[in-house]
Amino acid sequence: MENLSILTHFDYTLMIVAVGAALLGTVSGALGSYAVLRRQSLLGDAISHAALPGIAIAFLLTGSKTPLILVLGAAIAGWLGTLLIMSIVRLTRIKYDSALAIVLSTFFGFGLVLHTLIQRTGNANQAGLDTFLFGQAATLLERDVLTIGILGGIALVVMLIFWKELKLLVFDEGFAASIGFPTRTLDILLTSLLVVAIVLGLQAVGAVLMSAMLVAPAVAARQWTDRLRLMVFLAACFGALAGVSGTIISSTASRIPTGPTIVLCATVVVGLSIAFAPNRGLIWDRIRQQRNRRNLKMETSRY
Amino acid sequence: MLQGHLDILSIAIVTAAACALPGVFLVLRRMTLMSDAISHAILPGIVIAFFLTGNLSSPLLILAAAGTGVLTVVFVELLQRTKLVKEDAAIGLTFPALFSIGVILISRFAGNVHLDMDVVLLGELAYAPLNRLKIFGSDLGPVPLYVMGTILVLNLIFVVVFYKELKLVTFDASLAAALGFSPTLIHYGLMTLVSVTTVGAFDAVGSILVVALIAGPPATAYLMTDRLSRMIILSAIIGCVNAVSGYWIAFLFDVSIAGAIATMTLIIFVLVFLVVPNRGLIAIARRHARQKWEFAQTMLVIHLFNHEGLPEAETESAIADLHEHLSWDPGFTNQVVKYALSNRCVSRKETQLILTAHGRTIAQQALVQ
Repeated sequence: MENLSILTHFDYTLMIVAVGAALLGTVSGALGSYAVLRRQSLLGDAISHAALPGIAIAFLLTGSKTPLILVLGAAIAGWLGTLLIMSIVRLTRIKYDSALAIVLSTFFGFGLVLHTLIQRTGNANQAGLDTFLFGQAATLLERDVLTIGILGGIALVVMLIFWKELKLLVFDEGFAASIGFPTRTLDILLTSLLVVAIVLGLQAVGAVLMSAMLVAPAVAARQWTDRLRLMVFLAACFGALAGVSGTIISSTASRIPTGPTIVLCATVVVGLSIAFAPNRGLIWDRIRQQRNRRNLKMETSRY
Repeated sequence: MLQGHLDILSIAIVTAAACALPGVFLVLRRMTLMSDAISHAILPGIVIAFFLTGNLSSPLLILAAAGTGVLTVVFVELLQRTKLVKEDAAIGLTFPALFSIGVILISRFAGNVHLDMDVVLLGELAYAPLNRLKIFGSDLGPVPLYVMGTILVLNLIFVVVFYKELKLVTFDASLAAALGFSPTLIHYGLMTLVSVTTVGAFDAVGSILVVALIAGPPATAYLMTDRLSRMIILSAIIGCVNAVSGYWIAFLFDVSIAGAIATMTLIIFVLVFLVVPNRGLIAIARRHARQKWEFAQTMLVIHLFNHEGLPEAETESAIADLHEHLSWDPGFTNQVVKYALSNRCVSRKETQLILTAHGRTIAQQALVQ
């Protein structure tokens, strides 16, 4: 009977939100694979926080709350933040983690300053800070889902076009550079794709949790395969799965926010993958250890 | 009015200094993002303790939150130890999950209690002094000042007492282990301090901006010095400068204090990044420019030296044709000749360029090298 109650919940609005979350999970799962493999899992966290001043400036300049304009502002700020991180790492001895932390927190702080400025002008039509931080999946409209679909689709197509180059960048950057690939340009391209995925996700899951949407599906997918192609595909599927199941679960009871539920669903997928994945998984590993122990005992007992 | 300024300023300064001390070691040990993770992951701890006590300023809250912070570190390490997940991904998995639990708990059960998400995440320094410590009716000052003051003293004691151990573990963990110092113990000690500091500071500046206070000043100081002791002192000073300047900007423009402090952290970091001697961006650019001219000058004197005293010397050292012999751009060649003339490596003899004694030495040295 539980199934039936879920089905009756499946009204139109919910379907829109679920489709949006699924698209978002697909895009961020696929692109997040690269971030995880390059050990830049937390770049998403930095970009999503760094986007705040961009949103505020876009609003201050245009006075409009049109999603596309705010998204553009967010993308530009997130992108600038990433460039700053890259140049700090390249030009100073400050390591990646510190550069990330500085850009993340100070850009966000600057955004907060701008936000209080907006608030003070008494403009009722202000960009909600809560929405930015936690997202409001429930407010996703058909046109938002369309935007996610189109921009996310473009990002995925670009990823497929540069498949070979990005693969090389991820696994052997030095080799890529030595055979003449413009690694810095590719780095910026990959980051730009991540920026697109993150900015699209801000409205649905918010800045704080967006990084999980990039990391969790990719980490889960990594446990099942050693091939990039399969990993990206699986991550996209896991992302979509987390998006849909999170949306449905949060709709079954009142006052369960969608974004955090999606993140918890993705985390559950990671937990299951780490436990059960063949070859790499913990349970598999335990079985192999026992078999090895038994074999060793048998071998040694012969002598 | 003045009292209000003083209260907020003193809280800001004490918080900045308290965050900078453990921050130095996080920056050096490449674990800065643990502070980001801890500052988010303490949320469920705060929420649960809040449900139990019903009081946002109860000491139990700080303990529970700090416990959750340490738990985060344990989770991250456990995930890493499976060897299935790298450190960055382990952090990126752990804190959003814990944070999500916190958010769900709040929206599910705290609908009618006062626990504002914004306050946890963003903090509001302007309200901090409203919470006064009163004993027998006499006002002893704002509570957050005492909380952060205590944490500052704790951090100071930890850093001073374990200075040698921290230094060793930070710069050579395997040597430390070989000598019998436990890197794990020091690590968890440090992480406990980071948790406690984060929890104490979130009240004043919010959990995201704690990261600015922990990472910003030590990274700025790292650009300025090679000595650990100097870096610690500089970090504390820079933290205070950020706090004070941020506060005044916030006051002048009537904006978020914590946000303004974070903005000042970025501005001062970028300034130092640009102008610091030897390692700054400007110094690097100038060094590159100087090296370019010196290299060209060396090429020029070597060229002159090679043909000196030989029959073709007259054509090879004609100023007007030099660019062809060296295959340089004519304009560039002129500038190099001017540079070399000003350094007295060469001198002009009618249409010829001849080496001075100094120039000859340079050429000889360069060839020997």
